[in-house]
Amino acid sequence: MKFFDFLFRSRLSDSASVAKERLQIIVSHERRRASTPDFLPRLQQDILEVVRKYIQIDEDQIRLSLDRKDDCEVLELNISLADPGAAMQAPGRTGLE
Amino acid sequence: MIEQNLTEESEQKSARVIVVTSGKGGVGKTTTSAAFAAGLAVRGYKTVVIDFDVGLRNLDLIMGCERRVVYDLLNVIHGEGSLNQALIKDKRVSNLFILPASQTRDKDALSMDGVGEVIATLQQSFDFIVCDSPAGIEKGAMTAMYFADEALVVTNPEISSVRDSDRIIGMLASKTRRAEQDLEPVKEHLVITRYDPLRVDKGDMLSADDIHEILAIPFLGVVPESKWVLAASNSGIPVTLTEEESDAGEAYFDMVDRFLGQERPFRFLDAPRRSIFSRLFRT
Repeated sequence: MKFFDFLFRSRLSDSASVAKERLQIIVSHERRRASTPDFLPRLQQDILEVVRKYIQIDEDQIRLSLDRKDDCEVLELNISLADPGAAMQAPGRTGLE
Repeated sequence: MIEQNLTEESEQKSARVIVVTSGKGGVGKTTTSAAFAAGLAVRGYKTVVIDFDVGLRNLDLIMGCERRVVYDLLNVIHGEGSLNQALIKDKRVSNLFILPASQTRDKDALSMDGVGEVIATLQQSFDFIVCDSPAGIEKGAMTAMYFADEALVVTNPEISSVRDSDRIIGMLASKTRRAEQDLEPVKEHLVITRYDPLRVDKGDMLSADDIHEILAIPFLGVVPESKWVLAASNSGIPVTLTEEESDAGEAYFDMVDRFLGQERPFRFLDAPRRSIFSRLFRT
């Protein structure tokens, strides 16, 4: 019996530390999500629409996040432009000149 | 301050409300509610334990008063019976009372205002009100935690239980009366049940330290995995009221005393020492 125990243990050895690691990751992820205000996705959508009036970007090129540092909350907006040539003229001006 | 209440019976009391909660089912909320409430009563505090699990009540069975239930919490809320008619006085400990949940009603019948009124009335004549929360994060659980001053977060050393406890801790901080009214936050206490230090030593069970580190709320104690828990529930006796001394009962009394501000050494965290002989033969 002891021999089989040893074999079994070699595969699942110290599963508690695996559990701890997995928990730390999922719990911190879920805490971050729980503290995100629920208007954030809508705000991101609105900003995306405004930006698209001037520059054609994909949904994944815009990233909005809320961070808390001590007593200060920072709303961070990141818009990455993959290709500088992708910026086009504002639609209202095209064809005027 | 609380000690004064013991001697001055006629004085107006203002009970502290304790919710026993966990998120996940089957981790020992009702066992803990019954044992902890009985422990507080044994220590001299007038205590009532309320079952919030509408439709699936079980506290009455664990407390051994299932045949004495006539009126329940919902009858009181809907004016079909008085609070005094619904309160069941424990036959073993004189200052222990049970307020059962309804077995037939829909759980939506549990109104927040109604529960608030019942709790406010009970607060005038009790020292502690223990609220046994149902599993999950729906209305029953939210109502059970809403009025809490303190919370026992019951967790098994098992990955899904710890995760669910973390969600409940988040809700205690945001969805309770204390959170909404910007009062001092609900005071949380971590209770780890079904703990097996031998398995922790072998590395196949999360340790109390690990769980404490992840959940990051004050640690109240562990209840060891114990045959006494089932034996007590079989007989309808809170595990703190069994005639013979039991490990689980002792563990709960340690927690009750720590909760009341006494210092108690942390027991049941380490595996009992085993002789080389018993190790070899795995007895």
